Amino acid sequence: MSSPEPTWSALRQRLLADGVLAELGEPGMFALGSRFTAVFEALDALYVRTFANLDAEVWRFPPVEPKSVFEKTDYVASFPQLTGSLSVFTGGTAEHAELLKTRASGEDWEGHLEPAGLMMSPAACHPLYAILTGTLPAGGRRFDILGSCFRHEPSPDPMRMQTFRMHEFVHAGNADSAMEHRDETAPRLAAMLDSLGLEVDYVPANDPFFGRTGRIMAASQREAALKYEIVTHVYGPDVAPTAIGSANYHNDHFGTAFGIFDADGDVAHTACLGLGMERTVIALFARHGMDPELWPADVRAVLWAVHG
Amino acid sequence: MSDNTYGDRLAIREALQQFGRLNQAVSDLSDEADLFAAGFTSHATVNVMLAIEDALGIEFPDELLNRSTFVSIDALAHAVGMSRGER
Ligand SMILES: [Zn+2]
Repeated sequence: MSSPEPTWSALRQRLLADGVLAELGEPGMFALGSRFTAVFEALDALYVRTFANLDAEVWRFPPVEPKSVFEKTDYVASFPQLTGSLSVFTGGTAEHAELLKTRASGEDWEGHLEPAGLMMSPAACHPLYAILTGTLPAGGRRFDILGSCFRHEPSPDPMRMQTFRMHEFVHAGNADSAMEHRDETAPRLAAMLDSLGLEVDYVPANDPFFGRTGRIMAASQREAALKYEIVTHVYGPDVAPTAIGSANYHNDHFGTAFGIFDADGDVAHTACLGLGMERTVIALFARHGMDPELWPADVRAVLWAVHG
Repeated sequence: MSDNTYGDRLAIREALQQFGRLNQAVSDLSDEADLFAAGFTSHATVNVMLAIEDALGIEFPDELLNRSTFVSIDALAHAVGMSRGER
């Protein structure tokens, strides 16, 4: 009995053959071609237009964050399997010689590097909370965050990259306003994705918490209905759908961790709406084909109408 | 109730004091008090569980890894008993 083709195999071949993506030589690492980029930019502009009413403050962050920020999010307690840190060379001439010797022998030389105190950012909104320490104005604040995320889950599935961008609309305020932000924005994002022909569902979800202890985290996240995902079938109706967006109510987790308070002096509550940019772009190619010029007219009109 | 129960409850209280991040002293809480009402979070339950397992040399079975196991000191003591195969 021959093993069946992996579900992602055909899509991956088409994306590579048509130059939408190119391989970089490690699982989950791709170069993004001009067709990909054109769709990415149109999708991003549509997303920003859709949520223009939020009047969100734009902030952008580097792809790495200080370890002090990473610590406060508790990320390594929940997701050690996805965590990545940066290492740097701090030695002198002698240590460099050792490194070169190791390298010349064909062995891994990264062991000669030292932790830099910088972590790969796992979520676009995490570094935002570090600049919110203090007291929020009445009504809270709304943010537009487009950031690079790293998650160590090497996979040849083009829907599961190790680095990708999330575009988030984040709110920091009180419990009511945070919940309202999540529940008001998520259906509008689902409708936007539907208008692109993606046929999405909005479903309760939990994050992939690690190990035995993660079962508690996942169970209580679901019990409290904190997380929802917007999912779409990329590999046909018989394969589990893939999340392309999420809507999260964080309770006071980040408010407590970063010392953020609402106008009444209570610990702030936060929520975010996130769109997985690479995943959504690939879902569009999977749905409509490898040449955006040939996509259905109504989909093209939604994506490119304002650009003529 | 087993003979272990006093020692179990001490170990549970110690784990809560050290890792529970509660908003009041554990000594002020009755065995029946709702821990989540006292500021217990799911992030903290993880550390408390590991500390109890470590102190008592037990392992909570998978079916007990949910919120109701952590709702009170009583519930935790019951879970410790279940982990030992007691009822
Ligand atoms: Zn977020």
